[in-house]
Order: sequence, then C-alpha cells, then structure tokens
Amino acid sequence: MSNSSMGKKVVQWFDYRLPIFTFMHHSLVDYQTPKNLNYWWNFGSLAGIVLVIQIITGIVLAMHYTPHVDHAFDSVESIMRDVNYGWLIRYLHANGGSAFFVVVYIHIFRGLYFGSYKSPREVVWWMGLIILLLMMATAFMGYVLPWGQMSFWAATVITNIFSAIPLVGETITTWLWGGFAVGNPTLNRFFSLHYLLPFVVVGVVFLHLWALHRFGSNNPTGIDTKGPKDTVPFHPYYTIKDLFGLSVFLIVLLAFVFYAPNYLGHPDNYVKANPLVTPAHIVPEWYFLPFYAILRAVPDIWFVEAKLAGVIAMFTSILILFVLPWLDSSPIRSARYRPWYKQIFWFLVIDVIVLGISGAKPPEGVWLILGRVATVYYFIHFLILMPLIGRLEPTKPLPGSIDESVRQESGTQTSETTRKHS
Amino acid sequence: MAKTPAPSATNLAHGGETRRDFLYLATGVVGAVGVAASVWPFIHQMNPSASVLALASTDVDLSRIEEGQSITVLWRGKPVFVRHRTPSEITEAEDADFNSLPDPQSDMERVKRREWLILVGVCTHLGCVPLSHRGDYQGWFCPCHGSHYDTSGRIRKGPAPANLAVPEYVFLDETTVRIG
Amino acid sequence: MTPARTWIIGTVLTVIVAITNIGIANGASDGAHLTAQRWSFDGIFGRFDRTAVQRGLQVYLEVCANCHSLEYVAYRNLTEIGYNENQIKAIAGQYEVEDGPNNDGEMFTRTAQPSDYFVSPYANAMEAAAMNNGALPPDLSLIYKARAGGADYIYGLLTGYEGEETEHSVAEGLYYNPYFPGGAIAMPKPLYGDDVEYADGTTASMEQEARDVTTFLSWAAEPKLDARKKLGLKVLLFLIVLSALLFASKRKVWRDIH
Repeated sequence: MSNSSMGKKVVQWFDYRLPIFTFMHHSLVDYQTPKNLNYWWNFGSLAGIVLVIQIITGIVLAMHYTPHVDHAFDSVESIMRDVNYGWLIRYLHANGGSAFFVVVYIHIFRGLYFGSYKSPREVVWWMGLIILLLMMATAFMGYVLPWGQMSFWAATVITNIFSAIPLVGETITTWLWGGFAVGNPTLNRFFSLHYLLPFVVVGVVFLHLWALHRFGSNNPTGIDTKGPKDTVPFHPYYTIKDLFGLSVFLIVLLAFVFYAPNYLGHPDNYVKANPLVTPAHIVPEWYFLPFYAILRAVPDIWFVEAKLAGVIAMFTSILILFVLPWLDSSPIRSARYRPWYKQIFWFLVIDVIVLGISGAKPPEGVWLILGRVATVYYFIHFLILMPLIGRLEPTKPLPGSIDESVRQESGTQTSETTRKHS
Repeated sequence: MAKTPAPSATNLAHGGETRRDFLYLATGVVGAVGVAASVWPFIHQMNPSASVLALASTDVDLSRIEEGQSITVLWRGKPVFVRHRTPSEITEAEDADFNSLPDPQSDMERVKRREWLILVGVCTHLGCVPLSHRGDYQGWFCPCHGSHYDTSGRIRKGPAPANLAVPEYVFLDETTVRIG
Repeated sequence: MTPARTWIIGTVLTVIVAITNIGIANGASDGAHLTAQRWSFDGIFGRFDRTAVQRGLQVYLEVCANCHSLEYVAYRNLTEIGYNENQIKAIAGQYEVEDGPNNDGEMFTRTAQPSDYFVSPYANAMEAAAMNNGALPPDLSLIYKARAGGADYIYGLLTGYEGEETEHSVAEGLYYNPYFPGGAIAMPKPLYGDDVEYADGTTASMEQEARDVTTFLSWAAEPKLDARKKLGLKVLLFLIVLSALLFASKRKVWRDIH
C-alpha cells in the first residue's frame, strides 16, 4: 500500500514537471472513442504495432548485416545459419514487411469505405498518405539489401524510372547510384536510408494521431459523436479489442514465418547479385504490383513517350489520393448510406486486385489489355465517379446518433439470438 | 469527461467476482509469458554465433623462434604469446615462491614443455596487450595501467588480479604446436 | 446487405486468385510442369529424414562435388545431421584448403578442419566456367530456395534427362532436359544409378540417389527447417490459446455496451 502511494507521488512529481503521464492517460485511457467501431478499425493500431516489430527486428538485423557488395549476401546467409535465432528474426522482418502493407492497405480501404478522409480529417488522411509513400521507399530499399538477383535488378529498374524525367533524368540516376550503375555506393546509401526512414515514419505517425485526436475517430455510421452516450473510453474497451486483433494477426503472420517463410519472396533473390545476367522474370514485391501494372500499361500518348507517361501515371495514381477529399462531392461520409458509392467502392477493390495480377504477368496479350482497362478505370473512379456520384445518388437516411444506430443493430441481434435459443 | 459509467478492468463486476478476476488474470499471465518468451531470441542473437563458436585452431611453427624470442600470433581474434624461454628465465620462473603471489600457481602448471611458454596475450586487468621482455620481472609489462608479469606470465605487481591465461594447445611434433 | 455481401465474396475470390498468382508469378519456371513429390520435410510436421540427408551427403561428395561448390555449408554443420565430431574430422580431413600467408608470406595448404567451409572444386568462378565450356556450375548451398519448384525441381532435373535417342535437338555440348528453363542444359546427366555404394546398404538406384541428394541439398539451403517447424507449432498453439482468452476478456469487457 505505502509502496503504491509512494509510486503515485513520484509519478505526480514527475508529471507536474513533464506531463507525459497525463498525455498518455488522455490519449490511450480516457480518450473518448465511438462505441460502434467494427473490426476494420483494428488495422490502425495494428499498423503501429507492425511498425514497432519492423523497427525492432530491423535494428537486430543491422547488428549482423554488412552493407557492402562483397559481403551483403554472405552476411545475410550467416544471419540465416549462424546467428542465434537469426533465421527467425530475418523471416519475421521479411514477412513483417508484407504484413505491414496488408494492414496498411486494409486501413486505407477502410478509410475509403467509411469516408474517413472527409472534412475535418483531411490532414489525418494526408499524413497517412505520406506514411504510405515513406513505407514504399523504405520497403524498396530494404529489398535491395540482401543483394540477391532480384535486389540488384529491382534497384536497377526502379532507379531507372527517374531517367524518364526529361533533361535531368540521367543526372538524377547517376546521383542516386553514386556511379554509372547500381553498385556499392548505392547499396551503402540504401542501407543508411532504410535505417533512417522508419524513424521518420514514427514521427509522421505521431502527426497522424495528433490530427486524428483533434476530432476523434470516424465510425461506421460516419456521423459525428454527439455526446457521452455515443462513446466509450479507449481503455479498456479498445485496448482489449486491439489486443485480441493483434493476437489473431500474429497467428496469420507467424503461420507464414514458420511454415511458408519464402512464399511471398522470389527464388531469384537467393542467387547472389550478378550485374551481367538479368533474371528471366523480373517481378516487384506483391505490394507494388498494382503500381507496376500502371507503370507498364501506359502507351505513347501524343508527344509524351510511354516511359515518361507510365511514370507520370504511376505517381499520379498515388498523388490523386491527396485531393480525394475534394473530389468526393458527397456530404455523407459512410458508404453504408451511399448505395451507389458502395458499389463503386467494391469495384475499385477488384480493379486494384486486377491491376495487381496483371502487374505480376508479362506485359503482353490479354493481361496487358486488362492492365490498361484497369488503369483507366482507376482514374475514372477518382476523377469522374467520385465527383459525379456524390451529387446524383439517392442516399439512405442517417440515424439520429451513434447510440441510436447501435441500439437498432443490437435490437435485431437480440431478437435473432432469442429465436435461436428458443 | 466520461459520463458513461467509466469502467476500468477492476470495476466491471457482472458475473461472479472470482470468475471475472480469473479470466483477466489468466489472460494477463498468458500474455505476459508470451511477451517474456518472445524477448529471448532478441537477447540471444547478441551471443556468439555458431561460426564464432566453431573453434578454429592455429598451428604455429616453433622452429623459427630463437631462444629468448617471443612471438605473437592471432587465435580466435586474440593475441597469443609463444615464448622460447632461456634457461635463466626458466629457473627464475620455477624458483619463485609462488605461494606468496597474488594468483598462486607453479610454473609446472602453466607449461607443457619447460622451454615453451604459451599464453593468451590479454592483460587480466582491462584487456590491453602487454609488452614482452619488459617490466620489473622481465616477463611482460602492461603499458595501460602498469601490471608486471614474470617469465611464467604470473602477475607480480600492479592492478591485474590474475595470471595471463594459458590457452588449450597440443604439440603436434617437435616443431609444431596447435593452439585451440 | 445482399449486394455488399456479393461484393465481399467477389473480392475474397479475387484476393485468393491474386495470392495464388503471386506464388505462380514468383515461381514462374519456364521448364516443363513438375510432378509434386512427397518429401519427409513437407508440411507442418515434416522433418528432414536424417538417413536420407546422410546418403545425400555421400552422393553430393562423390558425384556433385566434382563440379559444384557448397560454399555456405561448413563441415561443422554436419553435426546437425547426426555426425559426431570424429566423423566430421574424418570427412573434413579428406580435403585440403589454402591458408596463409605464413611467416614467409606464402600461401600454403593444410588439411581442412571442421570449422572450414566445404572445399570448392575450383579456385574461383572464372576457373569453374573455363573448365566447363563457359558454363559456370552454380553453387548448390541455396539451390533449393533459389529455384522455383524447390525440391521437386532438383529431383525433376536430376531424373528428367532423356536418353541418346531423344528427338529434341540441342546445340553441341548441351543436353536436353525438359525441366531446365529452355530445355538445353550444359550439365551432362549426372546420375545413372550405382554411382555410389551406400554405407547403409540402400540400393543406389538413380531415383534413390536423386531423392537423397535432393533431401541433402534442401537441408543445406534451409538447415533451420526442423527447428523452425518445431518452434512454430508451439508458438501457434500458444497464440490460439491467448486469442481465445483475449476474445473471452473482450466479450466480458464489452458486455455492458449497447
């Protein structure tokens, strides 16, 4: 008893001078959260936890890895064979990268479905997109580090994207490489940046959360919280729910780590980099496939040659998301009350998956055509359908409050369960 | 702030107290065990790896070491002294009253052949490499903090607490010794 | 509710197609379709069959090692497949490695020790290519992970050679093998049966040898497979229990909220 009150005094003393405990309590315990969040809302906190897993496993791997073209591949092999639990930590990091993208993509599509990007959460959305861009850069550079064939050729192909820039393209690629081809200087700087960027991501995550906590979480109804009846404190309600989600997520991630650790990888990356031989099929990691499909889908357009047009289309496909809050003309957030938008949302999901599949295929025949159609549709969705549908669609009536919608749902559920039991 | 009954895990009484406590307690304990167990790989990875533990050995050609000379070879990343002792150095080492030394050991315990003294060349104080044929006892002298070792590599004076270590070694033949 | 559900089902199906496609894309092999073999190390409970790995080591040392290196495997690693220290010293002792420089500044050769890595048949890649008509025999340490199809590919390739009377024409100095991407491989048929005399008395048919050396090479590429699968089982069972407890706790915490 005296011990705990002693501890309390120390905390109070410290908190008075640096109110970090108040801050944590405010944002993780007392934080009023809509009480109707569904499991799709788990993916936000999950993304944060995966980021931490990646940073911890990454720091550990860096203790054993050598960023030099002569030693990188060998040092990775020594991690796999000689370092205590090195195989586990490396497989965790490699599959954790994929898991990070799964979680973040679901998180983004959840935001799209329930209109979480809309006013007043535009800056939350922007910070999220910046995190996505940083993640992509980090993942790409991380993939180069094992210095296998795919590492080397991915680095070559992706850095060559910048050569499409008129006039200064060549200068920029040479600058990126630190030479006239991908080589030791490239590997060294990629290692340095791969180590740095995740910490930048942590910084932007704080801004993301800061902006989020300004107005609080969105929720499946998309309507604002109107009073204490609509919310519950974050702890214990969402801490326990997030922990449960984390545990289920870990089952999936670790099933890959322990039983299919190389399923999402490419066999060619177990061949040491060879600047003289390109592998027969160059495929980016799965999380880049939709963007890769867009890059390859674009033909020569008027006076812009295909190479440059593809690059522009690819970058635009992400940058377009920054202006989405203004492209979407609907006053209603959640797709629950937007029947037309609900349809095109799922169509977009399938469109992106089709882009992904065609990105994995050689760019010829039916897959090239499908890739082109899917690319065009992607832009139609954001540039035409989003502004149009918001004005035209007949929306469903919104519930009076979150509390009311929850009571309605649980009411039907109760009657269902009663029926089952009788 | 919270006007909803703000229940913390402790006042969520609904069904029987004990059952509730047991569920949360069990979850907490199992979770804690999981966290503790998953910490181990991240600690253990910093221990020497299998390739470091693979005990490599080093062969030394003795025929080239003149009487009175001492050479230093690298073995498992550490310096090893191989010293061809002169008769006077041997006598000195053997005649010393070792019981009064800080780390009492007879010369017999420290060599396999009297003329060959083989030692790990790391000062037992703070890990510097001592200089041979220096110091008050003409064995080794550590320049870092002034430890004096005798011609058997025993600590005689200075801050070092123990004698220079003797590595494992075998004489393969008259002129070759394998360390490790 | 119904249209949304249709969409969700559609999406789930597309995701499944996409995931299988990743596997296919990453495992795209230009060779003939491989027949899936049963391997002792398949599946959740799969472990390396030690006797097969040991026989495979013999095939590797007596046949493959004439041209192919195994540069990431050390003799000491053979403890993991059931050899004791003396046996390993004996195996390593058959090989010479270059060491040095000695006190005269010269390189010298010495008998290999358990801490040495498997001795390569050639001094370097240039020599290896030069001695084989320009075709570099790949290092085999990672071949199981470095080829689409893994163990099935190695086995298919080793047993897939067609005899002299094959109607497929390939360039001089190349051999026809349907499982090799492009069909023309520089390696002549390596296994005929009875290439080794097994210490444990197993009949050394070509298929048996191919199967054993494939098991050995799979171990060489993924030596931690047994440990990985063993630990995985414990971890997943633990997480299932933890998830159940967390779910029960979550239900309890939320029961008052309507």
